Amino acid sequence: MSTVTGTDLQHAVEDVAAHLYVWALKDIPQDLRDALAAARLRETSIPGKRVLETIHRNVNIADRDNNLVCQDTGIAVYTCRVGEHFPLHPTRIYEGLRDGTARATVEHPLRSNAVHTITRENTGPNIGYRLPIVHWEFIPDWDGLDVKCIPKGSGSENMSFLKMCIPADGVKGIKQFVLESIVGAGGKPCPPGIVGVGIGGTADYAMYLAKEAITRPVGTRNSDPLVAQLEDELYGLLNETGIGPMGLGGDVTVLQCHIEHADTHMTLNPVAVNYQCWAARRASAHIAADGSVDFDREF
Amino acid sequence: MANHTVTFPVTDPNEILKLQAGDEVTVQGHIIGIRDRTQIRIFDQGVEPPMDLKGAFLLHTAPGVRKVAEHKYEKVCIGTTTSARMVRFTEPLGRQYGVRAICGKGGFPDEAIEPMHELGMVYFAIVGGAAALETTQIEEIEDVQWEELMPECLWKFRVKDFGPLTVGIDAHGNSLYRDVQTRARAKLEELYARL
Repeated sequence: MSTVTGTDLQHAVEDVAAHLYVWALKDIPQDLRDALAAARLRETSIPGKRVLETIHRNVNIADRDNNLVCQDTGIAVYTCRVGEHFPLHPTRIYEGLRDGTARATVEHPLRSNAVHTITRENTGPNIGYRLPIVHWEFIPDWDGLDVKCIPKGSGSENMSFLKMCIPADGVKGIKQFVLESIVGAGGKPCPPGIVGVGIGGTADYAMYLAKEAITRPVGTRNSDPLVAQLEDELYGLLNETGIGPMGLGGDVTVLQCHIEHADTHMTLNPVAVNYQCWAARRASAHIAADGSVDFDREF
Repeated sequence: MANHTVTFPVTDPNEILKLQAGDEVTVQGHIIGIRDRTQIRIFDQGVEPPMDLKGAFLLHTAPGVRKVAEHKYEKVCIGTTTSARMVRFTEPLGRQYGVRAICGKGGFPDEAIEPMHELGMVYFAIVGGAAALETTQIEEIEDVQWEELMPECLWKFRVKDFGPLTVGIDAHGNSLYRDVQTRARAKLEELYARL
């Protein structure tokens, strides 16, 4: 019989959040490293090659010096998959994530980016009112908890776009809006990155889905074949725009295009774009009901 | 596309005029860190900057630092932010204070081209997000002013082999960003026709 208490589990969540935040900032995932290496081989423009070569050097130096890949420690975003039988209520999971984010910020130290949205005064160690941000998913017939940390940089987050297309715009309207958004963004979101697209649902939910899309391992495909086909098409089209690495012109404008979708109202056709920079940082852990932690389990 | 090394601050205008859009540049000497709130204070609130900006190289940054003594900071992780938000300060930085180079990521919109041409300034593109590398090229944080704006203070860094930078906008009216956008807009028309 387990002797783990709610307090123990909340501490485990806090420890996990503190570790994931710093880990994500320092050690980018292998699938992303592979995508950047492939981009470096494929790029032919001189400024584009210079950028991708510098990115390669930078990732290696971050490894060598145990430093952050990018100085923007971002806004802490977590996604949680909570099992129906996980023995800690989400209110306490949230507290653990918040406390872990703050602890990592103070102990490392990490740059604190959080400010009051009106006064612009700093609100403390990367936490604040409604910060960090957590996406929740609840899993039936399960007693575990999966946590993913996505420190989201502002340069790419500023390049977020929403359009309420109409049904008559169809899929063509979706494609045009994504293309127009990425060309308009130019070098600002630190290309080549992951273009997250959310389609369907409502205005707010489409953007939520776009954010979900950027948290997937690079190059994974939506399980719906129609959506997966759209991911392939947009990926190809976006790389024909010539925006290139850091917007200096070239062959590689995006590493991938990921799409998440929801069914929608018969009169709606929402499309949201959320950009993730080349330093597409993410780190995950699994917490079992007994409080044991596995840091190598991606979801 | 030539390679150059330039030491800042510059006194000879030719050090800037020799640079062409697309060239690769490595920077030595001293550079000054500046960001949104720093420039809002100078230009919107009319507060004179307590650092000499003549001939200067400005970097769009808000560094991650560790405080080690009063007014003394050590680098933790120093990188570069998106420049476009700060484009409106280009002309007064050059005209009133003699700034000669602005460095950031993502580029400046076309409104920077004319003042840079007129005043003999350049925009350097750095690789956004490549902060681990950038941090190794900053030897020391020599000065900081306006600490109450932390981390958006005025910073003075001594650098060694800072780069590689790409000349994004030169002092002759050329902009890589304008060229890329012009080509991309034409391409979009072609792509839309295929959809």
